[in-house]
Amino acid sequence: MRYYDKLIFELSRKGRTAFTLPRNPYGAASLPDKLSRKSSLDLPEVSEVDVVRHYTNLSQMNFGVDTGFYPLGSCTMKYNPKINEEVASMPGFMALHPLQPASTVQGALEVIWNLGKSLAEITGMSRFTFGPCAGAHGELTGLMIMRQYHMKRGDLARTKVIVPDSAHGTNPASAAVCGLQVVVVKSNERGLVDVEDLKPLLGPDVAGIMMTNPNTLGLFEREIKEIAALVHGCGGLLYYDGANMNPLLGIVRPGDMGFDIMHLNLHKTFSTPHGGGGPGSGPVGVRKGLEAYLPVPKVVRKEDGSFDVVRDDEDSAGEVSGFLGNFGIILRAYAYVLMLGKQNLRRAGQLATLNANYIKESLKDAYKLPIPSVCKHEFVFDGLIDNGERKDAQGNVIRQGARTLDVAKRLLDFGFHAPTIYFPLLFHEALMIEPTETESKETIDAFIDVMHKIAKEAEEDPAKLSGAPHSTPISRPDETRAAREPKLKYE
Amino acid sequence: MGTFSYFPHTEEDISSMLERIGVSSLDDLYSDVPPEFIHKADYDLPDAMSEQEVRDFFASLDKKDIKLKVFAGAGAYDHYTPAVVPYLTSRSEFSTAYTPYQAEISQGTLRYIFEYQTMMCRLTGMDVSNASLYDGPTAAAEAMKMSLACTKKKTRVLVSETLLPNVLKTIRTYAKFHEVELGAIPAEDGQTSLGALKAELAKGDVAGVVVPAVNRYGIIEDLTGFAEAVHEEKGIVIEYCDPSALAVVKTPGEWGFDIAVGDGQSLGIPLNFGGPYVGFMTCRSEYVRKMPGRIVGETVDGEGRRCYCLTLQAREQHIRREKATSNICSNESLMALYVTIYMAVMGPEGLREVNNLSYGGAHYLHDELLKTGKFEEVFTRPFLKEFVLKPLIPAEKLQSKLLDAGIFGALQTEEGYVSFAVTEKRSKADIDELVKAVKEA
Repeated sequence: MRYYDKLIFELSRKGRTAFTLPRNPYGAASLPDKLSRKSSLDLPEVSEVDVVRHYTNLSQMNFGVDTGFYPLGSCTMKYNPKINEEVASMPGFMALHPLQPASTVQGALEVIWNLGKSLAEITGMSRFTFGPCAGAHGELTGLMIMRQYHMKRGDLARTKVIVPDSAHGTNPASAAVCGLQVVVVKSNERGLVDVEDLKPLLGPDVAGIMMTNPNTLGLFEREIKEIAALVHGCGGLLYYDGANMNPLLGIVRPGDMGFDIMHLNLHKTFSTPHGGGGPGSGPVGVRKGLEAYLPVPKVVRKEDGSFDVVRDDEDSAGEVSGFLGNFGIILRAYAYVLMLGKQNLRRAGQLATLNANYIKESLKDAYKLPIPSVCKHEFVFDGLIDNGERKDAQGNVIRQGARTLDVAKRLLDFGFHAPTIYFPLLFHEALMIEPTETESKETIDAFIDVMHKIAKEAEEDPAKLSGAPHSTPISRPDETRAAREPKLKYE
Repeated sequence: MGTFSYFPHTEEDISSMLERIGVSSLDDLYSDVPPEFIHKADYDLPDAMSEQEVRDFFASLDKKDIKLKVFAGAGAYDHYTPAVVPYLTSRSEFSTAYTPYQAEISQGTLRYIFEYQTMMCRLTGMDVSNASLYDGPTAAAEAMKMSLACTKKKTRVLVSETLLPNVLKTIRTYAKFHEVELGAIPAEDGQTSLGALKAELAKGDVAGVVVPAVNRYGIIEDLTGFAEAVHEEKGIVIEYCDPSALAVVKTPGEWGFDIAVGDGQSLGIPLNFGGPYVGFMTCRSEYVRKMPGRIVGETVDGEGRRCYCLTLQAREQHIRREKATSNICSNESLMALYVTIYMAVMGPEGLREVNNLSYGGAHYLHDELLKTGKFEEVFTRPFLKEFVLKPLIPAEKLQSKLLDAGIFGALQTEEGYVSFAVTEKRSKADIDELVKAVKEA
């Protein structure tokens, strides 16, 4: 990677063009003056080769899964298979208008239907919808379904939703957007939802609980059966945040654990690329009995085997996005399901768990492991043991150590992406590591070696960490300045 | 079981890793899961396929779809995508990256988002842009929520009935659950009624007003007096716009609006059966701290070099949890790159010419269709690239006749009209073909 300092606007020269368009047989648009744009349109004027070099240069300042190991906790940065991309770029699929009559899009509807069926089987749910475009959008949609269920039963008092203190930040945020009041349930010393703390929170005002299992510490909520019974007992529903579904692939089904509604992140568990922040896809599944509340439009299979789109449905929570969801992502995920097949699904979950436990066990001599039990796809260190500080015989700190931020930044120098840092909020120096199943033992061993090396540096040469990274296109950005004097566009 | 191409582990790797962990089998790694939850039955899933079989399977599905020349819009427009756009966007350094949390190795993503923000501001005439939202309809719903956050004590949001149907429906869903009271502003001769708006505003409880620039009938709305009326009552005025059209149509900035939202799909993103597209939002600078979604800002690194990072994050869910401006986390970043490169390729001249061609084609089609005697004009207001007519023969018959000719057009509207949209991808000969099919209907 090397530093490249241009913005596309700085390449612009009046009179240059990169476009070609058909000859115009009509002349210019003649809009009434008062409806016409008056201000100049200051977009770049560049040649095609300018565009290609510029964005190629930009891409070379970026790190993706194809570049190297990306152990970003809770993000499931697994390898993105290339057949997925080929399938999603088939020109026929790309040319379909979302409002075409169902009779003309039977292939596309079959893709959506089939993937929904496979996801239902994998999760133990009854039906899936693909309207939500990302995980948080899935959470919001799932909560809408939850509220719709209560409303349709005339049970209007259920205004609270319980969220564990270890939950992803999107959980409470989605609840707030859905008009629900968030009640936090604490984790116990084993890092699991504290059932005793949960009990007094339950009552006729509880719409449900949002959980991820395994949770954000990578720990399986083994008391889930009791939790489900308690929440159902008070009339609430259980929402499953599927961001952490990867280790359970082919092994455990959320539906069997008592969850009523859930989302999956196709851009995590089902191998579609993250695209620098999106597009994702957050399909929502519901158990039997809740199908009617799923959003519209919905894809249905008719008795003759053909597919149709239902656009209005009385009990439905409503429309949550423009059309039928991110079809391009659905295609990729379905290709992944077909490549895995029933033969390889279980292995994906197992190897994700194997890789995580292997790293945890290999590094716990240098990094603080707050909860020393078997983990699933990810785990959390609470920074370096003693933060790499050195103390004298009286216990006074004679040399400052290094913080999690420094460890993360130093990792970049060795060609690794950093883990998720300072999340979950249960620990001060959280370092959340998720390797996924697609990383080899060699890659992981190299990562472990580097993490040990960094721990040693923290003791012997902490300045190397606090000044890191040293070999990236830029060093640490001044984030305080960015926020204090916001410069949000080129002028 | 044999190995699988996405899993690099050999059996020896697995045994030595298990040994380090101190367990004897992969199953032991699930000892914390109550045995009753371990799924023992076979999964009812397809058998694993080879890559070739997967390719052939999808090709066979793709064959079941009927390839049509698209003369429909309603929020998804078939504009031309220059070859360099998908070519560059598919570079895996862009596509396989995550959200740019580690700025030092994400300058590519951060820099294109900064360019995207700049271009969207220039296109809409606004001060600030976020890094993208899911799609146009959800962006409109976010703007509805944002107007409440920007105006203390006001409780109601007004939506124009001329907004696209899927925009209205999505806003209604969000409003129902977010417990926002919605009011409707009716149309008057195909355009949002300023009189009706003023009457609603007079009630004093209006936080926000959402109106389209180019509406569900394809009409370019005359928004004279709208911003002034809403501002007089201390409300927020939001424009839902087709960004491609803003190269020629008066911008939300010029109308004096506060927030602009819409779908970037018209900026060269293929139809893709409805997604992925990209929602955008721009606003006046005073409202930036109420804005949903990620924002990229310029700063310097330790050596004083210009660089970029995510900023104003105190608005976001990972910091503020339930007090965040929105729950959005993943957005549509790669599609923002798509439209950024599209705008760089097209430039001001290209984007204007796209509108000239679309406008010219749409007006030619409009006039030719009227000449067939099978339609009545509904509105006489100015339109851009989409229009509605009242069919004098059954709409189903019309549409099916077009389908027989390989054309998707005459989209039926809720009002009993049919709509047509024309982009630069449809030649005059294509239009003549459509008209010929109509004559035979």
